[in-house]
Amino acid sequence: MAVFEAKNIQKSFGKTEVLKGVSFGIEKGEVLCIIGSSGSGKTTLLRCVNFLETPDKGQFYLNGNLLFDASDKKAKTDEEIRQKRLHFGLVFQSFNLFPQYTALENVSLAPLLLSKERPDYKANKKQIKEEIMQHSADLLRKVGLSEKMDSYPCQISGGQQQRVAIARALALKPDVLCFDEPTSALDPEITVEVLAVMKELAAEDMTMLVVTHEMGFASEVSDKVIFMDDGVIAEQGKASEIFGNPKSKRLQEFLSVMK
Amino acid sequence: MDFWSVTLSLIEGLKCTCQIFALTLVLALPLGLVIAFGSMSKFKPLAYLVKTFVWIIRGVPLMLQVIIFFYVPGFIIGRPIISRFASVIAAFVINYACYFSEIYRGGIESISKGQYEAGQVLGMTKSQVFFKVILMQVVKRILAPMSNEVITLVKDTALARVIMIVELIQAAQNYAAYGLMWPLFYTAVFYLAFVGVLTLLFGYFEKKLDYYKV
Repeated sequence: MAVFEAKNIQKSFGKTEVLKGVSFGIEKGEVLCIIGSSGSGKTTLLRCVNFLETPDKGQFYLNGNLLFDASDKKAKTDEEIRQKRLHFGLVFQSFNLFPQYTALENVSLAPLLLSKERPDYKANKKQIKEEIMQHSADLLRKVGLSEKMDSYPCQISGGQQQRVAIARALALKPDVLCFDEPTSALDPEITVEVLAVMKELAAEDMTMLVVTHEMGFASEVSDKVIFMDDGVIAEQGKASEIFGNPKSKRLQEFLSVMK
Repeated sequence: MDFWSVTLSLIEGLKCTCQIFALTLVLALPLGLVIAFGSMSKFKPLAYLVKTFVWIIRGVPLMLQVIIFFYVPGFIIGRPIISRFASVIAAFVINYACYFSEIYRGGIESISKGQYEAGQVLGMTKSQVFFKVILMQVVKRILAPMSNEVITLVKDTALARVIMIVELIQAAQNYAAYGLMWPLFYTAVFYLAFVGVLTLLFGYFEKKLDYYKV
């Protein structure tokens, strides 16, 4: 069963229709890459999944249960949306680390704030805090930054910043981890280190939704690829089919330009 | 009139200057934030109302506002009931809060949308995003313009004498009324020392916040 499913998602900004009814599903442990040219709506789709944009129409399902229905006005309060967001993590193109916090503080901030909502917080305050700090440090080690835990974002490279951002997104144990062109702001040589972390996550069966221009990564790592064009899914299928045997003319054109 | 007795009475005036300065800061800093949020409100009528208010307060001389705050409530009630000091504080707090609000607004609006979004996708509430993520970045951005405004406040306290508050300048002017001019010039030393301390303090804060870039 799909861990996450989007049905007929539509979104307009003013008179511009950016998403014209997009449906897809992602299985647990699957890596789904979304490719397409600029303006095709792929970033907007990802932002809708993370509720940074609210879809005008359509539904999201999580583990088969309705998570969000655009026609349900009550589902759009800040608090509801905040709860729903917790199922997803997002890694941004421009990292968006918090500059005034160290790497470790960037990772632990949100879990620490959330732990205050736990009913047993008052009783086990110290223990909860220790666990979170331990888990955050483990995540930074996992992305290869055990040396940089106490560094501030301005003291580390772009690739290291993006790896902190990945650890930060993992800290809340999301069901689906989303990436919005995670390597577009990086030098080609640094891109490799971020992609290596993403490959490792994929190998550990993290469910990942990745908007990317890295065709190499998409063909190597993804289980499924969606090609978006003009607000719709123009073609989708296994990575081998999409890259090996593209059917639509648009996809053929797109792939030939990307090479 | 010897030097020491003049110095002592000027120090009395300086005490009053310090009180106006400190109270205005303590009250206007938070009030400015409230006004800043008002002027950025998505509820347009409120935003326009607040902006009009800021326009009026920034558009009228502070000296006139001090006079208004002292005399107008008296006219309405029929007798002056507020103390001189309270009306000075009220006028200063509102005036400075409006200036601060514009500095805050500029600072808050200069923080990239990505910082808010990063906080949001991590499940933070709006107030957590503001207080845990945005505020410290704003503080760093606005430190220089705020130091300007705070230094201006030191010297604006002299306007309180328009309703006969004996602050530093008025204390010196009391001598000038008897033909003794030098105490008035002497007050400059006090202002310079005051502003000197503030300048050092702001420099220290700037250094303190040097560890991160926004």
